[in-house]
Amino acid sequence: MCLGIPGQIVAITDEARMMAMADVSGVKREVSYAPVLTGDPADLVGQYALIHVGFAMALIDEDEAAKTLEALRDLGEAQEELEAMARTEEALQ
Amino acid sequence: MRYVEEFRDPKAAKVLLAEIEKVTNEIGATKEKPVHIMEICGGHTHAIFRYGLDRLTPEGIEFIHGPGCPVCVLPMSRVDECVEIAELENVIFTTFGDAMRVPGTRKSLLQAKADGADIRMVYSPLDALELARRNPDREVVFFGLGFETTTPSTALSIQQAAREGLNNFSIFCNHITVPEPIKALLDDPHMVLDGFVGPGHVSMVIGVHPYDFIAEDYGKPLVVAGFEPLDLLQSVLMVLRQIRDGRAEIENQYARIVPEHGNPVSIAAMADVYQRRPSFEWRGLGEIDASGLRIRDQYKAFDAEEKFGIGYAAGPRNVQEPEGCECGAVMTGRIKPTACPQFGKGCTPEMPLGALMVSSEGACAAYWQYGGRRAVEAAE
Ligand code: SF4
Repeated sequence: MCLGIPGQIVAITDEARMMAMADVSGVKREVSYAPVLTGDPADLVGQYALIHVGFAMALIDEDEAAKTLEALRDLGEAQEELEAMARTEEALQ
Repeated sequence: MRYVEEFRDPKAAKVLLAEIEKVTNEIGATKEKPVHIMEICGGHTHAIFRYGLDRLTPEGIEFIHGPGCPVCVLPMSRVDECVEIAELENVIFTTFGDAMRVPGTRKSLLQAKADGADIRMVYSPLDALELARRNPDREVVFFGLGFETTTPSTALSIQQAAREGLNNFSIFCNHITVPEPIKALLDDPHMVLDGFVGPGHVSMVIGVHPYDFIAEDYGKPLVVAGFEPLDLLQSVLMVLRQIRDGRAEIENQYARIVPEHGNPVSIAAMADVYQRRPSFEWRGLGEIDASGLRIRDQYKAFDAEEKFGIGYAAGPRNVQEPEGCECGAVMTGRIKPTACPQFGKGCTPEMPLGALMVSSEGACAAYWQYGGRRAVEAAE
């Protein structure tokens, strides 16, 4: 919950609510891009971000994203984050 | 047990470890007279044990495990209040999974769920917002838990709920801040702290300057650090060099993620939505001045304390820790987890008695899982 996880922003889904689709290790998840928005939201598509509890908190480069993910896997935290994301649909029913 | 060879970059790790040893010797620190370095963040505590850094570094360095694990410092009374809200008619109570197993006086959230309360583990407060949209006739409450890393997420969610005019969404705000407990520990005459490794992801949000007082008023160094093993080793080395040179500065090892002034959008959202409480209760540490946040009156429609009359709004209540639990002493570094009579007996990760056993970021769970150098020594 505190370490976050890197993901790639793949599409803007709702500009009014500042939401984008992110690809997090193959899991698709809608996230808020509000914290990292500085210009045109379209510029964010394709970029990597550190995602904390559903919010893109910092933009990072692809290499950093890969390294961070590897460290999270090592700590067993990546799996926890991905499971928490995957649980969402169940929680929303 | 990890060996340096297992590191992603063992050469770099060896160079750093050799330099750490050299500087530790230059300081004159020994097993009997060690330097005390506190890693504030529970993520760092976990990483230190996972990679065996406590065993790879010289015995002259003593790691003190700080209060930076939000689950571990969550008092019983807060858990009790969560259960109270969750058991109210018509409420959907949402929380990060991390909080589910923290023991309360009567029960944990997990037990309350088993007893029939509608409690949902969500990944994000945004999921709670979505639940509120989908269930207009139910009250959806989100348990706002965590330090400055997660605080912006609930602030931004409240702003969004306000924009949409959602009236069945509220946050049970128990957010806490990092600098204040550090000040409390520095003011404690029993604590011996020579320097700090600071939580990188908190500084990603608030920047490095909220820590200036540690250097300026207390003359101690702090290095904001990433959580990968090389980040940690480099940060420890930076702290040691400051100690050796008699410097006290706030340095940023994690500049690739941490901007000096933090994340402006998050800082603005937190300032808009939250204000400081006069004081807030921490498990093991007691009441700490200005260390907790509450929702401003402007947003009180989204404040679960106001809505349900539960929480600090109803007056603080102090609940005793369970019998024989030494969480407080472990939390302040006065004893190691293995010195707690419950460690591994009445208290294990499967059946936690104290909060430090619940999360992998808690010192007791880390000791249990990885059996640190000192745990091994204590057993001998
Ligand atoms: S072993 Fe359990 S009871 Fe003892 S200090 Fe650790 S968490 Fe608390």
